[in-house]
Amino acid sequence: MEYLLIFISAIFVNNIVLSQFLGICPFLGVSKKIDTALGMGAAVAFVLTLATIVTYLVQKWVLDPFGIQYLQTIAFILVIAALVQMVEIIMKKVSPALYQALGIFLPLITTNCAVLGVAILVIQKDYNLLQSVVYAFSTALGFGLALTVFAGMREQLALVNIPRGMRGMAIVLVTAGLLSLAFMGFSGVDGGLRVLFGID
Amino acid sequence: MNCFKILMNGIVKENPTFVLLLGMCPTLATTTSAVNGMSMGLATMFVLICSNLAISLIKSLTPDMVRIPVFVVVIASFVTILQMCLEAYLPSINKSLGIYIPLIVVNCIILGRAEAFACKNGPVASLFDGIGIGLGFTLALTVLGMVRELLGAGSVFGVVLLPETYNVLLFVLPPGAFITLGFLIAIVNKFKKA
Repeated sequence: MEYLLIFISAIFVNNIVLSQFLGICPFLGVSKKIDTALGMGAAVAFVLTLATIVTYLVQKWVLDPFGIQYLQTIAFILVIAALVQMVEIIMKKVSPALYQALGIFLPLITTNCAVLGVAILVIQKDYNLLQSVVYAFSTALGFGLALTVFAGMREQLALVNIPRGMRGMAIVLVTAGLLSLAFMGFSGVDGGLRVLFGID
Repeated sequence: MNCFKILMNGIVKENPTFVLLLGMCPTLATTTSAVNGMSMGLATMFVLICSNLAISLIKSLTPDMVRIPVFVVVIASFVTILQMCLEAYLPSINKSLGIYIPLIVVNCIILGRAEAFACKNGPVASLFDGIGIGLGFTLALTVLGMVRELLGAGSVFGVVLLPETYNVLLFVLPPGAFITLGFLIAIVNKFKKA
């Protein structure tokens, strides 16, 4: 039940893009079409989950035993960068079809602050490995959901006549604000579930 | 004169927030009040100036193939220094900015300036570019923070300007960040064309 709570709260209540403001760049950059949004969502889900497992192990097996937690930022960003590079190389060799679909998004993910953000957040929240994996995967699903819904809205937006001053990024940001407002309707759901399941 | 031009370029012509739209995550997340916005801007500026200077000094020593990882390590080191200083001397700011301090590493403005400016220019020009872009970012974040604080809580920098009963929480909450920035960019666009 605890895992279900983490799952629902990471997707809807504390959505990574719309309420925590992580991963805004891809959210604004690759949300023009639903197809690319889905591809980006899948690539992020894959890398985010993998990166969280690896950085969690680095934290518990390397940084904590040697008492060098202050190197967290440097260690994590290097691990993530190396991991993305490795995933790209392996994917190219093992599954060219998958590489064709997701390959172009991979280099962009290194500088996606959602990946580093989640890696640091699971350490701050003191999750165990399984909780971290569930949290990372559901966060990525939340990212994919927000991205896809937003791409759908932008596809409609391209068809209408927008006042001149609001064209471009301005209307995109206001639309994102409205989507974020809609997601705020979920706030409090996690508290309710907590009571329902009897978790304190 | 040349240095002055680089400085103004960062503040006006290539303003990272309003013109280039870079570094959106901290821009939206930390501008709940004018003070928070300004401290995030200054923190980023510190890292930007140091990394620009360091990268312009080591650019001839780094092979082209590994330059991005080298830049990232340089940036991450300065972020770690900043994080330790804030923890020691300004714990309240460190607490209110929280996770966005380590996330300065992945702020695209800093790596962007390293790639676009510092690895092509000398240390003095890079220093001024860092100051200019940093000031432009700080200015944008402070303005955004002021507008959100005024509209949301009726005060600016903690000084109450509107009656106590005024309270539109929306502008302090996440949706307000997107909407306020959207309208500010629309205003900037209007002036740019005029």
